[in-house]
This record gives sequence, structure tokens and C-alpha cells, in this order.
Amino acid sequence: MSTATRKEQKSSRPERGGVATFVEAIRQGLWEEMERDPSVFIIGEDVGVYGGAFKVTDGLLAEFGEERVIDTPISEAAIVGAACGAALMGMRPVAEFQFIDFISPAFDMLTNYAAKCRYRWGAGLPTVFRGPCGAGVHAGPFHSVNAEAFFLNTAGLKIVEPSTAYDAKGLIKAAISDPDPVLYFEHKKLYRLPRLREALPEDDYIVPIGKARTAREGRDLSIVTFGAQVLNALDAAEELEKEGLDVEVIDLRTIAPMDKEAVLASVKKTNRVLILHEAARTGGVGGEIAATIAEEAFEWLDAPVVRVAAIDTPVPYSPPLEEYHLPQLKDVLEAARKLAAY
Amino acid sequence: MKNGTQRKSSSGGKGKSARETTKKVEMAEGVAVEEWRDGVPSVDPLNEAGELVCTSETTLTNEQMLELYRYLQMTRLVEERLVNLYRQTKVVGGVFRSLGQEATAVGTAYALAPQDFIAPLIRDLGAVLVKGIRPREIFAQYMAKAWGPSEGRDLNIHFGNLEKGFIGPISHLGDMIPVMTGIALGARMQKRDVVTVAYIGDGGMSTGAFHEGLNFAAVQRLPVIIIAEYNWYAYSTPTSKQTAVRHLAEKAAGYGIPGHIVDGNDVVACYEVTKRAVEWARGGGGACIIEAKTYRRKGHAEHDDQRYLPEGELARWERRDPVERYERHLLSGGFATREQLEAILSDVRREIEEDSAWAESSPMPDPEKAAYGVFDNSIVPPAFRPKVLER
Repeated sequence: MSTATRKEQKSSRPERGGVATFVEAIRQGLWEEMERDPSVFIIGEDVGVYGGAFKVTDGLLAEFGEERVIDTPISEAAIVGAACGAALMGMRPVAEFQFIDFISPAFDMLTNYAAKCRYRWGAGLPTVFRGPCGAGVHAGPFHSVNAEAFFLNTAGLKIVEPSTAYDAKGLIKAAISDPDPVLYFEHKKLYRLPRLREALPEDDYIVPIGKARTAREGRDLSIVTFGAQVLNALDAAEELEKEGLDVEVIDLRTIAPMDKEAVLASVKKTNRVLILHEAARTGGVGGEIAATIAEEAFEWLDAPVVRVAAIDTPVPYSPPLEEYHLPQLKDVLEAARKLAAY
Repeated sequence: MKNGTQRKSSSGGKGKSARETTKKVEMAEGVAVEEWRDGVPSVDPLNEAGELVCTSETTLTNEQMLELYRYLQMTRLVEERLVNLYRQTKVVGGVFRSLGQEATAVGTAYALAPQDFIAPLIRDLGAVLVKGIRPREIFAQYMAKAWGPSEGRDLNIHFGNLEKGFIGPISHLGDMIPVMTGIALGARMQKRDVVTVAYIGDGGMSTGAFHEGLNFAAVQRLPVIIIAEYNWYAYSTPTSKQTAVRHLAEKAAGYGIPGHIVDGNDVVACYEVTKRAVEWARGGGGACIIEAKTYRRKGHAEHDDQRYLPEGELARWERRDPVERYERHLLSGGFATREQLEAILSDVRREIEEDSAWAESSPMPDPEKAAYGVFDNSIVPPAFRPKVLER
């Protein structure tokens, strides 16, 4: 599933900064936070000796010991519940789901316990729930899901999903420092993507939760997206530039609470907006963004808001089926051209 | 459990049968499951007059025994006041009684040290009071008042107090088992000496969260004590439709941990068995299940007419009332005089009167407060209703 494209740093402290892949950036962030704050710990399935299914936590056991890198039974509800309990005691757990598909067995603990604790009795839970999401790797209906919309309607959960190595590190550090529960989704296609390798700052930094970034400036139309689809959007923008279309790409980075101001500012600038996400279309995050734009920037629109997303099916296994299911570059191009011509 | 003046009170013989050797639950006290019939031990502790009392083998001091009496009465009388307030329509939601189960909650919680944590269920008000929560907080909470601990955001005992070691439950049964496992895990990482007690019933033990939480606690050898209340009904569903085991303590074997059975209507026995479990857990023994055999004498909540009860069952358990039983125990055992008990009772009544008045005097919450506290509002603003169609 994941093919390491070069020898990764293993079992030793990653250098602060330096050139890092997406997965190394997350690991750097975890490592630095665990060094900085003894209350930070890792809990999940196969996160210790094995270093996690995608090796995100590789080396942490050797460095921090099994008291702070805890292998659990196959019990997602127990992982989330125990993380919440430890957080009540003042710890800062980072819980891993082996695949984000396995967040559903913990849905109750997340939406009823973690999300409502502060609201019910003022007990904030500084917890991070992270794991690999996303399709496009032929992993079938149970190892490919994008879960953000499952949780968007639950008050009390922050949701982030980075698309660059810089943001991956900055957001995991921000999530660990946050006083409330944060769902941190990592698209598994990005982990070792050579294109995302970049030199990270040597200095300590975070990427604030709740702030979008402009991944590409443009005047003619905006693509609002997040996660791996940012790359799809950037590829489309490059293609469309050849056709004389100047496309802006907004990378939300945080899905909840959403940076409405950034979205609305871009809409007011380009007056045409395409929302792109990898999860299924119906009930997806795109609907929420479209509704917000309709309510708050209706007069600024020169065309209807358009959504490009997966079709309303589970993620199929066979490559041609999965390709049809997922939003492809050609789908983005086609929608953008129609939108520009409207 | 040995009792000083115990006598056989029912026909349950103690002859060793072939079944006993093949189907014996591992229990620290060596109590064979055959010694329990219909939730009642084959041997009851009786006083000289042949009346049902509590186990006489105890480490409790006289002063502590009176304090237990105070908590038992307070639990019952707080609930009775809640029923009155409910009938006056001052309680916004439902009222959930622990009538008949008070000894389980009070006796088990009383065995804990101040630094220990509990997660009670709705029928464990007694444990909440033992942990130091005041009746006024309970009244204000039930009446959805601004001065209640959750400021009107949640019901009944759904709140918490970290300083007092009280973690309130949520409605989803079983969810508190993983949370209390996490409390114990966090405490261990912080090198704090903390034992956690999670209350659950015969119904709640059917949930997945219960299994996941206890299994993880057992694997990690965390000091998590499960008080499994066999109270015969989950809403209207009898225990026979929740589980195929005859005794909830048998489930301990599936987790590789010890199980104990105790008479949940004997407050002294509940205290003693929990005290031993706490010492064992504190010493690194890990998790265990204590099954308390008791009976829920009221319906699920005040609205429930209990049409599902078989004839005569309620009356049988009224005769085992834990509060009257303990009162008899104290008086016939010479642990207290009637005057002492009367003094305690009137003190409890006064406190309930004062606290109930205080709670009634609280305003209802300011409506706009609904928008606050989803997140830390110094970072994320309150979730006010947005203005629409305004430019």
C-alpha cells in the first residue's frame, strides 16, 4: 500500500527541520511535542514495536518507552475512552486509528463523550485522534474512507486535514497543544509522496487550527478544497492557466471550525467557486460550504456554486471502479471550464 | 464471607454437588455460586431475634458506621425530595430512583480514599454523595437551574468534580468503563496513587464499550474496580434477557480477573468487599468485578408503572430493604441508640430542606448561555445564532 521511496529516519530522533516527507513531518511533530511535554503520549493499535501501520509512530517506543507509547487491544472505543479519561487527569493523549475507517467503532465515544465533555461540565479534553484517511490506493470499502462529514455536524470536535508536510507538522503540534478534542486526518496517499518533500523550518512552529491558506492565488475562479484534493486542484489550476484561466486554490486545512472568512474573501475576489472533496457528494462538507456562500455572498456570485466530489457509493476496490468513484483531474477541469463560461 | 451470628434463612443447602466442582466462579472469598438463589445468599446474617441484619465482621469504627447510616438516609431522602419536586413539576426531566439499592452505592464508595475516582450510574446517587457532592447540587441539576454544576446543560448526576474524584456518567451505558480505565492509566503515568471504581448494571454490561474498556484495563493491570449491580431489570428487560450467565461476576473469568459476589443490600458487606478490592487494586493487583446482588424497587424512572413485575417479587424485596436492615443492625448490635439515629436523621432532613430551598431559589440559566462552552471560548467564539440576510 505504502511504498517508501527512500530510506526513512528510523528509531532515532528526527532532526529538527531538514527535508521531510509528509509522514516524517507528522513524526517530527509528535516527537517534538513528546520531548517538550511529558504529558503527551501515544495510544493505539500496533503503534509501539511496529511503529504503526504506516510507520507514523516509528521510533517513538524506543525513545519514550512503553508507558508513553501504548499498544492497545483492537478496541477503538476503549482507545478513545481511555484517551478521554487520561485527558481528564491532565494528560495529552494522541490516539491513532489504524485506518480512519475504524473510527466508526468509536463514534459513540467521540460524539457523546469527547465532544460534549466541556459543554456539559466544563471539562475540556485536550485530545488528538489521528489516522490515515482517503482513497485512491485500491484498498476497498473499509480502508479508504474520508470521515470528516461524519463529524462535522457534532459540536465539540475540531477537524483538521493537512495537505503539505509543513502543515502536517504545524497542525499536529497545534492539535496536541489545543485544549479541545481534535480529529487529525492524514491522507495516506500523501505520506511518502515525493512531491510533498520539503525543507521544514528549524525553529519551532505551529499552524493555527481554524485558518485556511491560499495554496495558489488567482482571479478568475476559486477552488475550495482540502487534503489530497489540494494537489488535484493545483494540477487543474496549472492546466487551466494554459487556457487563460487564473484559478485560486483555497486549502481549508481546518474543516471545523471552518475559516469562513477565507472562503468568502476568495468568493468575493473571483465570483466563481468550485468546491472539491474526495468524500461522497451527498451530505459532504461541500454542501455546508455552498450553503454558507449562498447565505453570505450570494450577490458576489456570477455563477452557481459547483461541487466536484466522489459519487454516492462506497469506495470500490477494483482500479477502474475506484477511478470512476473518485473525482478525477478531468472532472475538475470540465467543471471549472463550464463554471468559467457560465 | 464469615458472619458472627449467621444462620440459614432459606433452603439452599451447602452440600457439595458435582455441579459445584465443575462450575465454580473464581472469587477471592471462595463463595460458590450455588450459595446464591434468586439474588439472595443461602445464609443471611440474622440477629438474636432472627431478623435480617448486616454482616457483623467489619473493620468499621462506630463513628464510620453512623456515617454510613447518614449517607444511606441522605440518599433515600434526597430522592424522596426529588420525587416531590417532580410532582410539583419543578424537575424538568425524569427522576430515577435507587430505592432498594442504596447500600450498594453507599457501601462501595465509602471504601475509597479521597484521591480515588468513581463513575456512578443513575442509581448510584449514594456514591455521589459519599464522594462529597452536596444535595443542593443534585437538586439544582435536576431542576435545570443556573446554579447547578452543569449550569442547566445536562441532567441529574451528569456532571463531574475532578477535585472530589467524581466523574459523572453519560446516558450511553458502558462508556464510562473505558473512561475510568483512562483515568487509571493517566494516574499511573503521573505516578499518582489512584483507584477507579466504575458502576454498571446487568444491562450496561451487555454493551461493547463495557467489554472494550474492561478488557483493556485487565490487559494493562490497571486498578479499575467494576461494581456490577445485579438489580434484575434494565428498564423493563429482565437480566435473563441480557445475559446467559447466572451471576455477573462469572464474566470476570473472560477477562482473566477475579470476580466477587456480595449482598448488595448489606451496606457493611459492600463496604468490606470493596475495601479489600481497593487494597488489592492499589497494590498492583489490577482490575476486578464485584457483583452486588440487589433489586430495583422502582421502575426505570418515575413514569414507569412496572407492569412487567411478577406477583410478589416486590414484596419479597421490600422485606430486604437495605436502610431498615442497617438500622436494625445498628440498634440490635448495640452500635447506636435510637436517639443517635434520630439526631442523624433530623440533621439530614434539615440539610435537604436548606439545600432544596437554595436550589429552588436559583434562577434558570440565561438563554444565551447555550452558545458558550462548546470549545474553549478564548480560542473559538461562542456559537451564537448567526444573523441572516444582513449585510
